[in-house]
Amino acid sequence: MTTRAWLLSEQPASRRQARLGQAYRTWLAFRGNWLAMVGLAIVVALVIVAALADVLAPYNPILGQDLNTTRLLPPLSPGHLLGTDDLARDILSRLIHGTRLTLMVVVLVALIATPIGLLVGTTAGYFGGWIDTVLMRLTDIVLAFPRLILALAFVAALGPGIENAVIAIAITSWPPYARLARAETLTVRNSDFIAATRLQGASSARIIWKHIVPLCMSSVIIRVTLDMAGIILTAAGLGFLGLGAQPPQPEWGAMIAGGRRFLIDQWWVATMPGIAIFIVSLGFNLLGDGLRDVLDPKGRK
Amino acid sequence: MTTLTQNRGRRGALWLRRAVGLLATVAATFFGLLLVTFLIGRIVPVDPVLAVVGDRAPQSVYDKVFHELGLDRPLWEQFWMWLQKVATGDFGTSFLTKKPIVEDIRRVFPATLELATVSIIIGTLVGVPAGVWAAVRQGRWADQLVRVLGLVGYSAPIFWLGLLGLLIFYAKLGVVAGPGRIDIAYEYSFTPETGLYLWDTARQGAWDAFGNAFSHIILPASLLGYFSMAYISRMTRSFMLAELGQEYIVTARVKGVPEWRIVWVHALRNAAVPLVTVIALSYAGLLEGSVLTETVFAWPGLGQYLTNSLQNADMNAVLGGTLVIGAIFVGLNLLSDLLYSMLDARVRRGS
Repeated sequence: MTTRAWLLSEQPASRRQARLGQAYRTWLAFRGNWLAMVGLAIVVALVIVAALADVLAPYNPILGQDLNTTRLLPPLSPGHLLGTDDLARDILSRLIHGTRLTLMVVVLVALIATPIGLLVGTTAGYFGGWIDTVLMRLTDIVLAFPRLILALAFVAALGPGIENAVIAIAITSWPPYARLARAETLTVRNSDFIAATRLQGASSARIIWKHIVPLCMSSVIIRVTLDMAGIILTAAGLGFLGLGAQPPQPEWGAMIAGGRRFLIDQWWVATMPGIAIFIVSLGFNLLGDGLRDVLDPKGRK
Repeated sequence: MTTLTQNRGRRGALWLRRAVGLLATVAATFFGLLLVTFLIGRIVPVDPVLAVVGDRAPQSVYDKVFHELGLDRPLWEQFWMWLQKVATGDFGTSFLTKKPIVEDIRRVFPATLELATVSIIIGTLVGVPAGVWAAVRQGRWADQLVRVLGLVGYSAPIFWLGLLGLLIFYAKLGVVAGPGRIDIAYEYSFTPETGLYLWDTARQGAWDAFGNAFSHIILPASLLGYFSMAYISRMTRSFMLAELGQEYIVTARVKGVPEWRIVWVHALRNAAVPLVTVIALSYAGLLEGSVLTETVFAWPGLGQYLTNSLQNADMNAVLGGTLVIGAIFVGLNLLSDLLYSMLDARVRRGS
């Protein structure tokens, strides 16, 4: 029996085989969507580049070369594929190191916002009643705020910097996850398996974390993936306004702001980081769309 | 007869309950907005007393101002004082312009309003037909094209597209005017009544100035419009697909109604109800998007005012601006809710 036949077997012999078979089928469906595969490739490439930034980057991203001879070189110059900026720094190297900052922002926001959303949503859905009303009203209030503006005000108050940008984006991005988690919780909370667990004496906290949260995960993860492009764009916007990562950090938004002064004559300084932002957020959008098509039967038309 | 009146009475009660619920949500949201802006104002690392007296003031003056600003009272009392001030429209004075915040906002707001309005018009006029087209040609290249254009709109940073737009259309091709709202040569050829330059110049017949203002607004408005188009076309497509799958469409086809009429009259009219909500929400989103766009295009609106104040730690102005944008945002959210329940017979009936 080949592995493929084992995975696609209609009569799985064990729980593990059934689970792996399910995952394999999902993967097959995902693989059929070439746009989603492009998205996945972009995201995987981003992770690899970020991990190997020190090896891949030909120059130091912070220290420039000779200011007399290598300042503002155009793209395709010998040794500088994407040209250099006004401080004679290699743009390619800066972009490569910038992947780390981008990835860090995305991962941190996801790690902060997702648990908050899950906790609020599942608690509200599980308990219902006044707890539900209070928590959901709170969610609605945060949701009604303009996100970028609120992040701006937070960063202004906390002081500029990439950590504060992450905090500001995270506090403004959890409400959609809470709503989603609540909706999912409502569909399962009266199931027999929850009642059975409760009769076995499990506490509410245990039921929520062990039995309800895992069921909410897939739809929340899709939503988080779809939001990642937005997170990257917001972080870049904060960087562009000088409120995110501070120079000389090679953050892409801040790099665009730095290249703005030379836009007319040295267009590449501002253009290259924009292309990088565009490609990465496109990758997350494509990946999120593909995941939704495969994992979320409700979104399938 | 009696059941009818009863029904009507119940419907009225339902509607009333919905209205009260909505108002409570809005009130709570406003309160939350006020609380958050107030707290942001408190955690800011700028000493408000030093901002007033300067850093050379003797300790006695410092203490006096400290007391006058109410900073020695408990936090909730300070919040209450601040609420009272805000209720009378007093947001304090800007540290940069030395004018009351309300006056500043009144001056800069029309610029943002004009930009957002032109953008939403462009976004709707392009986005709705594009979405309808994509739905009719579902799965074919037209659908893919609209989808890809939308994805690009979702993925590209707006400030970067703005810079590229300036580089190509202004610096290289010279087909549009550059940053700013109007060239200085035209600035005094008309009297700004409403502050909406296109409107003012057209009303006063200053067509040269109108042309110039139009040439300034068209690039940023198209860009912002493109972003709302991405959203509007996507939503139009899915609403239209839902409508086109309904039975009344089949009935209309069987009756021999021409296809264009089925699409543009029968289906679109029903899809228009949720679409109004989407357009109102994108309008709110445009206000937000204007922060970055205005910075790139040196557009003297609310977004640029906010960014300038942020960079100079002018907290009164930041909080005032945040509050105004937040209030408009909440208001538009409410408006879209109301429009939805007014236009949709199913919601109106409370079923």
